[in-house]
Amino acid sequence: MSIRERMSGNEAVSYAIKQINPDVMAAFPITPSTEIPQMVSTFIANGEMDTEFIPVESEHSSMSAALGASAAGARALTATSSCGLAYMWEILYVAASDRLPIVLALVNRALTGPININCDHSDSMGARDSGWIQIYAENNQEAYDNFIQSFRIAEHPDVSLPFMACQDGFITSHAVENIELLETEVVKNFVGEYNPENYLLNSQMPMAVGPYANSPFYMETKYNQRMAMKNAKKVILDVAKEFEAISGRSYGFFEEYKTSDADVAIVIIGSAAGTSKEAVDKLRENGIKAGVLKIRVFRPFPGKEIAEALKNVKYAAILDRAESFSAYGGPLGSEIKSALYDAKSNCTAINYFYGIGGRDYTVEAAEGVFEELIDIMNGNKEIEQFKYIGLRQ
Amino acid sequence: MDKSIEIRWHGRGGQGAKTAALLLADVAFNTGMYVQGFPEYGPERMGAPITAYNRIGDKPIRVHSNIYNPDYVVVVDETLLHSVDVTKGLSKDGAIVINTTQDKKEIIPLLKGYEGRVYTIDAHKVSMETLGKYFPNSPMLAAIVKVADIMDKDVFLSEMEASYKHKFAKKPEVIEGNMNALKMAFEEVK
Repeated sequence: MSIRERMSGNEAVSYAIKQINPDVMAAFPITPSTEIPQMVSTFIANGEMDTEFIPVESEHSSMSAALGASAAGARALTATSSCGLAYMWEILYVAASDRLPIVLALVNRALTGPININCDHSDSMGARDSGWIQIYAENNQEAYDNFIQSFRIAEHPDVSLPFMACQDGFITSHAVENIELLETEVVKNFVGEYNPENYLLNSQMPMAVGPYANSPFYMETKYNQRMAMKNAKKVILDVAKEFEAISGRSYGFFEEYKTSDADVAIVIIGSAAGTSKEAVDKLRENGIKAGVLKIRVFRPFPGKEIAEALKNVKYAAILDRAESFSAYGGPLGSEIKSALYDAKSNCTAINYFYGIGGRDYTVEAAEGVFEELIDIMNGNKEIEQFKYIGLRQ
Repeated sequence: MDKSIEIRWHGRGGQGAKTAALLLADVAFNTGMYVQGFPEYGPERMGAPITAYNRIGDKPIRVHSNIYNPDYVVVVDETLLHSVDVTKGLSKDGAIVINTTQDKKEIIPLLKGYEGRVYTIDAHKVSMETLGKYFPNSPMLAAIVKVADIMDKDVFLSEMEASYKHKFAKKPEVIEGNMNALKMAFEEVK
């Protein structure tokens, strides 16, 4: 039986953590993720869970403490946002190469310069090459569901990689909405116990974690990380199938919303996907074949599958919520264009930027993008790459 | 209620406009509706103008943007009428509810020609008479529930009583005052 509730995205993730009851959580507060360690430490203080909570003096330390705990054999996690993730940078790469299945509840926020506490994806997109699995949520429900699936994916012996469970700062983290929760026993059974094959506290099998690896070894380590990331694709889908059996909610690499017969589509990550779906329904009332491809899994990148999903789409707008300053596209735009090229796709991709630093993205903004795609399709407009949506000029 | 409504709250940091929006989401949720309650975030400063939002309806809510064309607006602090364009985008088929000690005819000229319904309530008076302190959010919550006809008065009061009992489990002495504030606000909003 699912439990009808209403809560914010941060509450939903905290509740999932309580239900999973991991061994160790280390955290340092930063807006808008602060509520997660705050709520979890309250649950612990109230005796509702018995996770060992380590308050640390910085994010470099919270990731280091999670890494130490995970290496010792514990199920470990942390939470952060923005500059907190930036301050973890060094240890993100160590966690991935040490193959430690740490879970990080990331509440996406713009990186500083200028200071900004609102949502964009520059924090996690900056860490896209650090070797972490990245899964994004549209709303509080998906933040909860993704989190429950996170440890299963990260800890799978074929994967053994750290996992970033991302949701949009404030937009979902602080918005109270309806949600269907699972019973705690169901969650516990689904997630199961963590029994790593190798761990530091196993005196029967001593091991080294994070040793020096010079050129005869380093490249093989990276290759193994890549193979693990490749393996994660199957595991993500297998875990999603099992999750559907307990929840009735199905997940994949992405959600295809009315894309099968669409002439034009928006490809987007996170909370703005729902707003874009609303625009699709409005346009379809006027006979315009529009659709939305919502990317859930960004690492590993399901390039072939995305190209396949877009094969009948004539013009796709790829919307990035993070700059890359290559001056030749954002992270999502560049990778999808590369995937379409490899697939020899006839779909023309146009890369836009939106929502940077929390700039609001409305149904009307999404309609504007679709209308532009229609104009391009009908030959009434030239393609303009890398436009900023809603830029004040 | 058979359609989705959108509500925008204007208040000042520390007055409880965000709390009122979340309470409204709670009570609507408890009566079976789909809800969204969220504040517009910026630096948190006591006394600075803040905005909070509600979407309430009988279908799942997918949109995650601020609200630019609300059906209803609630103004928790009347001094905002001079500095914030509170009726901006407000549907003329909807209404605005303003917390003020002034007469409605003195307020209307400040609303930039808004053609919809205008309601006022002296939440200060309601709050002082029922709670002995100035907490405008309970009276304003009752006022918008009545004006927007979000739910039946008796259902609202019984849901709020349950919610206060939960919220004020450690201070049960404030429950009666808050309930009286809601009841009085239902009569006072005009």
